[in-house]
Amino acid sequence: MSDVLVAGTQITLDDEGFLTDPSEWSPDVASELAANIGLELSDEHWAAINFARTDFEENGETPTLRRMAQAGGVSTKEMFRLFPKKPAKKMAYVAGLPKPVGCV
Amino acid sequence: MKRLLILGSGTAGTIIVNKLHRRLPEDWEIHVVEPSREHLYQPGLLFLPFGRIDPRNLHRETEAFLPKGVTRWTGTVQRVVPDGDKVELEDGTVIEYDQLVIATGTTPRPDQTPGMTGPGWRETIHDFYTYEGALALWEALRNFEGGRLVVHVSEMPIKCPVAPLEFAFLADDHFRELGIRDDVDIVYVTPLSGAFTKPVASRRLGDMLSRRRIELETDFYVERIEDGALWSYDEREVPFDLLVTVPVNMGAKFVGESGLGDELDFVKVDQGTFLAEGYENIFAIGDAAALPTSKAGSVAHFAADVFVENFLEHIAGLPMTRRFDGHANCFVEAGGGKALLIDFNYDTEPLPGKYPLASIGPLSLLKETRANHLGKLAFEKIYWNVLLPGRPMPVASEMSMAGKIPADQIGDEL
Repeated sequence: MSDVLVAGTQITLDDEGFLTDPSEWSPDVASELAANIGLELSDEHWAAINFARTDFEENGETPTLRRMAQAGGVSTKEMFRLFPKKPAKKMAYVAGLPKPVGCV
Repeated sequence: MKRLLILGSGTAGTIIVNKLHRRLPEDWEIHVVEPSREHLYQPGLLFLPFGRIDPRNLHRETEAFLPKGVTRWTGTVQRVVPDGDKVELEDGTVIEYDQLVIATGTTPRPDQTPGMTGPGWRETIHDFYTYEGALALWEALRNFEGGRLVVHVSEMPIKCPVAPLEFAFLADDHFRELGIRDDVDIVYVTPLSGAFTKPVASRRLGDMLSRRRIELETDFYVERIEDGALWSYDEREVPFDLLVTVPVNMGAKFVGESGLGDELDFVKVDQGTFLAEGYENIFAIGDAAALPTSKAGSVAHFAADVFVENFLEHIAGLPMTRRFDGHANCFVEAGGGKALLIDFNYDTEPLPGKYPLASIGPLSLLKETRANHLGKLAFEKIYWNVLLPGRPMPVASEMSMAGKIPADQIGDEL
């Protein structure tokens, strides 16, 4: 755990850098977190992020890639284009949501 | 009479039928719906492709594990009508219930990945989570003289998530015994970012792969199989001569069609009580439930212990007082006559230590030992004679930290 200043806000990150409290998130925080991993957020990124945050509020879980495709309308191909290599993790990181459950 | 209807008599369904049959009040009857007349010992499927188990010993009659007095329906569920408290079977039969338990498990769905069941299916492309698949793979391995063997997981969650790793370890062992290990490249391809999900076990199992010269390809989401290769959504190509894949796992189709499922047709339930979201008389147990723990027989067993006590309270109109902790316990066959054991739950990852008795064992957690391998072999008898009949097992259903080394105190010995 560590407290850091991101986009002028004090936020708490877990050992892997994910926000521990989704309410500390803001669009400015998202933009700065995205820049940390080399992403510049487009409207398509925002559509994915906004769906994920709404879905998390309703269901208490970070959506899986399958859920993003089926319920969020963002295909897995698109997710890989928007958040290269590790789409589920990168999206959760930028959206200020817990790392997706690895489904043990 | 009041009726408890159980859909499915696999591991979870059979355990709870047997446990509840002895405990339900006299005005309750149990009905079971199951399409198959034979119960398959699924842990044996891992060994079948290597000729290390006799295929004739893998099946027993389902009927033999249902106690007298339980009504058995042979058929496949078409849908559940939650608002009408009834279940419709494909042949048109309608069965009403007071309480419903869904225990229809998970099924490999090779049809979900383009190209998987195309040319090459059961020839160069294999699965081993079905009896037919494991048999066909046995044949294929007997004829395999060298080349690229790719062991692949399509998407999480899968049933018995350690099984594909075990398959890779056993393949290494198998080719060594045949003296052709140098002629075979083994590649392990996974959608996860490491060999396994949780950090400590992932590191340990990852080391075991590299020590066996098994290449690890991570973060690989298969989009299609084409021209003898796996292709990911980000256009990475993994060619194979022989592919052993774990297809996408999904729950029963009726779950989704009855409005009870998530994207993969697993039943959305409360993690502690298994009560289906929004209902007071529908439960799901075992692999059929959407739970953040392994889909495995051990989980079904631990879950059944919690469920049975809760269920008796529930039908007596009392609050359910127990909550499942997600306890899972899996042997991981490592080859060379050794195995590991992992023990974990919703909150605690698999850690090294001793099991089931702190500092005594006799089993060692996260460590390759002969005793663990013997434990895994002995499990077959325990499964048929103790577990399925719902007799008490000498291990606690709640996970314990006793005998374990916490993650932040693990030194270099791992």
